[in-house]
Formats: sequence, structure tokens, C-alpha cells
Amino acid sequence: MELLWLAVSTIAIGVFGCVAWFWGSNWLLDRIFPPRGGKAGDNIRRANQIRPWLFLGPAILFLGTYLVYPVLDSFWRSLFNANGTRFVGADNYVWLVNDAKFRESMVNNMMWLLVVPALSTVFGLIAAQLTDRLKWGNIGKSLIFMPMAISFVGAGVIWKFIYEYRASGETQIGLLNWIVTQLGGEPQIWLTLPVWNNLLLMIVLVWIQTGFAMVILSAALRGIPEETIEAAILDGASPLQVFFKIKVPQIMGTIAVVWTTITIVVLKVFDIVFVMTNGQWGTQVLANLMYDWMFRGTPDYGRGSAIAIVLMILVTPIMVWNIYNARKEVR
Amino acid sequence: MAELKLRDVAKAYGDVQVLRDINLDIRSGEFIVFVGPSGCGKSTLLRMIAGLEQITAGELQIAGQVVNDIPPSQRGIAMVFQSYALYPHMTVRDNMAFALKIAGQSKDQIKAATDRAGKMLQLTPYLDRLPKALSGGQRQRVAIGRAIVRDPQVYLFDEPLSNLDAALRVATRIEIAQLKASMPDRTMIYVTHDQTEAMTLADRIVVLAGGGIAQVGAPLELYQRPVNEFVAQFIGSPAMNLLPGRIKSVGATTVVALDGGLEAEVAIPTRAGDEGMAVNLGVRPEDMRETEGTPVFEDVVDLTEALGEVTLLYFGTGAETAPITAKLPGIHPDLKGRRVRLTADPQALHLFHKGQSLLYRDGADSLPPYQPRMTAPSGSMGGTPAAPDQGNDRIEEGLIKPQGPVR
Repeated sequence: MELLWLAVSTIAIGVFGCVAWFWGSNWLLDRIFPPRGGKAGDNIRRANQIRPWLFLGPAILFLGTYLVYPVLDSFWRSLFNANGTRFVGADNYVWLVNDAKFRESMVNNMMWLLVVPALSTVFGLIAAQLTDRLKWGNIGKSLIFMPMAISFVGAGVIWKFIYEYRASGETQIGLLNWIVTQLGGEPQIWLTLPVWNNLLLMIVLVWIQTGFAMVILSAALRGIPEETIEAAILDGASPLQVFFKIKVPQIMGTIAVVWTTITIVVLKVFDIVFVMTNGQWGTQVLANLMYDWMFRGTPDYGRGSAIAIVLMILVTPIMVWNIYNARKEVR
Repeated sequence: MAELKLRDVAKAYGDVQVLRDINLDIRSGEFIVFVGPSGCGKSTLLRMIAGLEQITAGELQIAGQVVNDIPPSQRGIAMVFQSYALYPHMTVRDNMAFALKIAGQSKDQIKAATDRAGKMLQLTPYLDRLPKALSGGQRQRVAIGRAIVRDPQVYLFDEPLSNLDAALRVATRIEIAQLKASMPDRTMIYVTHDQTEAMTLADRIVVLAGGGIAQVGAPLELYQRPVNEFVAQFIGSPAMNLLPGRIKSVGATTVVALDGGLEAEVAIPTRAGDEGMAVNLGVRPEDMRETEGTPVFEDVVDLTEALGEVTLLYFGTGAETAPITAKLPGIHPDLKGRRVRLTADPQALHLFHKGQSLLYRDGADSLPPYQPRMTAPSGSMGGTPAAPDQGNDRIEEGLIKPQGPVR
């Protein structure tokens, strides 16, 4: 009850604080440079030079405190030893390059990077096209979108049950093993099978992200001028040709945005691996590796920070490209 | 050779009947224009011919073949859309080549066809550009080019000029007329709500109203012999005036006693027994002229609009009924507030009973074939012969054959 009260008042103070800041700071600015009287023109010009900063100010402050500063501090820490007492230069990075687990994580992350965005976007595009203009299409869309509402941890738990193993002869409570045994196969401990277990983890994220891709691409498909499709039909294009030669090229920008957005999610993937395998059996990924070094056992802040920096460097170019594409879409 | 036959064609969306009993024969090589007010179904009819809309009832034949269930691409038609409908991700050349590529033509054939169309439409310098780098007029020419390369038997135009500005609309209209002239054996069907386009382009106009065909005929036939009040008021601008009255005497010409007490003689025959019949006398604003003799209409001018070449007079603007309009040639600066007496030739007057023209009471077949009636110029304007000099040459150079982009 106390927690609830705290949460509600935090939200109220936050919202009220924003309104008060917006209104109050602008009021004050207009008091200092009144937009009337003999110097009205000068005052308005001066006030307009300051006003953008009133709006940007809080954002710059908070982003600086909670984003820029931690990044810089992480980098600084990555140059120190385990408990941050001794400067070690690039030692942590040298260690990284030679660490087997780090290499495994890099390889796995690359696999995630190739598989998940591709499958999510393709499935999303197919779902968007097939549910378009169907009477029950919206119900179908809702169902496909629903996993988006589940946290990664929750999804991990759900899918852990699907991959659950019981010894041969016992009742299989895992869906996958049930199907396998029904088909006459032997139940497997799926999450320990090398390489395959990586794919099984990826499926969880694909399951979640397909809904996201579908919603965005569905809106994009609807935005295609109907006449271009009709013109293509008159030109003799088959439904598949219309889809691949007229529709897909027109939403290429959106596809790029969806793809890169999912790529960024994938690079940061942590929860699913953490819940389902915790990086064992060759499924380690960078974010989970960082967590391991940073917070598990005897923490090593230096190595943990080094991994975090590597992760950030990997994400940044994709992020830049994503924002560039999204802006192009808006135009 | 592609003539079109529509037999009892109808269109319904669920219970809503949009079009019904459409019967129309379109001859090969004809330029047909569908006009009508918004929502009359003219675009729907065109889309049914194209195959983009299902035909709910009736039969559509193109070149002797029933095409109701034949997919659009195999009907031998090509369509130009109002919004151009260019593929935004393809260059001008690829836009025009798309249909040919789908049809599996060779690279050389495609290049030859697109080159030819580009040259014909002055698009050669723009063939490698994307549609977004073109002006509105150029885009519409690409859309036309896309139709031309397929060399269809039937061209369909769905309000192709509506998205263009006024000057460009005139220029493109002339280009379309020239395009038609350059291929006399191709049939063209053109939808518009603009009666100027209809009058200038059409061999025959189809006026659609209330889900059916109101009248089919040559542009001037619709203008001079409208079958009902709707067509009479739809064709011509400002719209035809309707003055209520009763038939006073019958014969080869009819005398109508108008409700205001005036009388008018109309060159439309009526028969014995028609006396006392309630009619509307139709008179076009441009057929009215000032008179010192017996007027057909007399009132105080409420409002004038001076357009230079003509002056529009409005009467009864405050009344519940539509105002009466007259169009006098030339400039008349001080008519406002004055009482004027107007008359019109008996041959220029129309008679409608319950909305239908009395001219057609025995069916259209009983009438002699339509011959345009030359109207005597009703003002001093017509006295000077139209000068066939620089004015037209300017159009030749500036509009019909634009050398560069038309803006």
C-alpha cells in the first residue's frame, strides 16, 4: 500500500513538475523580456533565443546524468582493475580478446543478429500482408501482437516450459517434447543441445518481435497508394509480383527501420538467455556475460565495464543508421 | 478494332444499388466521355470496364468478347489514373516498361517501345528520373506513356486532369486531343466532372445521373437538345434557367403563359389537349438578349459580374428558388438596379413537363437526326470574325508542342 502511494505520488509530482516547469519558466522569461513596450521587437528576439533551451534543458540535464556520464564512467572503469583501485590501461580489453567465453558470446550475438531481425521482419511482413483486408484480420493481428505485451523474462519462463524435459516414459509436460514423443521420437533436453539451443532461444525473441514488425509494416502497407496497386494489376502483375515489385519496394524504408530497431534489441538481449540457460551450454551472449562479470560471485568492475563498452560500440552505428532511416521516413 | 457493348450492366454494393440498366454501344475509335455529378457512378462504371470492380449484373463486351470474368490485364485496355499512380520507386523508363517486362518482352523491344513513347510525350530527357523529380504535368504524361507503350485497343482515363492547375489542364487537354487524333482507331473512354473537358474532347458524351444514363449524344446535341431538365442544367455554364408556366396555345410552335404574366413562343410542336399543361420553360443565359419588344423575362438586376468578354446578370438572388441568370456579351457597367427586358429566339427555348423535354415525348427515334443549329451571334461580339492570327499561333508554340517541361 505504501509502495502504491509512493508510485502514484511520484507520477503526480513528475507530471505536475513538467507542467510547472513549462509554464513557470516561460512566464519568467516573458517577465524578464516583456514582448511589449518600446523594445518589444528586441525582447521577443532575445526571448526566442533562450526559449528553446528552456525546453531542451531538463532533457539535456537528465540524459547527461543518466546516460552520458555513465558511459564515460564505464569507459573510465574499464581501464581499472577488478575493484577499481589500480589503473591497468588496456589490459581488460586484451583479456577480452583472448577470453573463450567472450568469443563465444560474440559469435552467438552475431548469430542472433543474423537470424532474429530477418525472421521477425519476414514473418511480420507476411502476417501484415495476410491479415490485411480480412474480416478477422484484426483478431489475428491482436493475437500475433500479444507477445509484445509480455516481458522478456515472462516469455523466457513460458518457453522454458515449452522446451521442458521429462525422462522417456514419463508424461511430457513440455510441448516440444510431447510433439516429438507423439511422433515416435525420443525426448531431448533441448536447451543443452549445442547450436540448436541458440536457435531455440532466438525463437522466443522472434515470437515477441514479429508482432512489432507486423504492426509497423501493416501501417506502411496501408499507406501505399491504392492506385499504384491497381495500375500494376492492369499492367498484368500477379499477386506475388504486386507484392514483391510494387508493395515491398515502396515500404523499403520502413522495413529498414523495423530491421534495425529489432537489431538493436537483439544486440542487447539479456533476459531471455539469463532466464532460460544463463549462458550455459554454449549460449552465452554479451549482455549476460557483462552481468556475470559485473555482479556475480566476486565482481570485476573493470572487465564488466569493458564488455559494456564493446556492446555499446557495436550498437552505436546501427542506432545512427536507424535514426537516419526513421527521419527519412518521416520526410 | 475494339467496340464496347454494355448490356443491362449494374453494380451494387450489398443492398446499395449504384448503377443499373446501363446500355451503351461504344464504336471502335470513338472518344466517349462520361460526365455527371459527384457520386453518380461514372468512375465506378469506368472501373468496371477496366476490371477493377466486379460487374454485379449484365454483360460487358469488348471487341465482341464477353469480358465480365476476364482479368483486367487481358481485356486489351490501359488506364490513366487521376493521381497518376506512378510507381514511386521506378524511373520513368521502368514505369513505362513494367507491363512489358511482366509480359516477358525482350530488352530491345522494351527499349524501343519506351523510347518511342518518351519521344512522343517529350519525356526523353527525363527517362532516368524518378517520378518525384517531375512536375505534375510531366507525371501525368508518364502515366499516359505507360498506357501508350502497351498499345491497348481501349484507353481509359479517370479524371486525368483534376490534379493539374488550370493552365496545365488546358495544355494537357489539348495533348490528349492530339493523342486521340494520332491514333484514330483506338477507343478512348474518359471520365470527368468538368464539362469543358467533356465538350471539347468527346465524340459523344454520356451523362450519368442517379445511377443510370440520362442521355448519350454529341456534345452540341446535349447542349441544344437536352432530354430532361437535369441534362439541360448540367451542360452549359451558367446553368439553364427554368421559368414555370402553362401551355396557352398548341401547334407547330407553342405559346407558354409564364407565371409572372409574360408569354413566350417556343419552336417545339405540341398537340391538341396540351393546353393548360404545367411546363418549365428552359432558356440558356447566353441565349437571352435585351429587347425593346415583348420580353420573355423582365426584372430588376440584383447583381452583375463583369468578366470582360461577357457580363452576367443575376435576378431574384434573395428568393428561395434558384436565381435567374443572363449572359450578355460585352461590358455593361450600369445595369445593376435597373429593370431590364430580355427575350430569346423561339428556336433557342426548351420545354419540360415533369422534368422531361417535350421534344422527346415520342422517343428519340421520332426526331430528325441531330444537326447543329447555328446560332446567330446575339450581340455585337459576333460581328467581328474570329481572327485566326497570333492568338492561335501562340497556342501552337506554347501549349501544344512544349519543348521543355510544362509548368
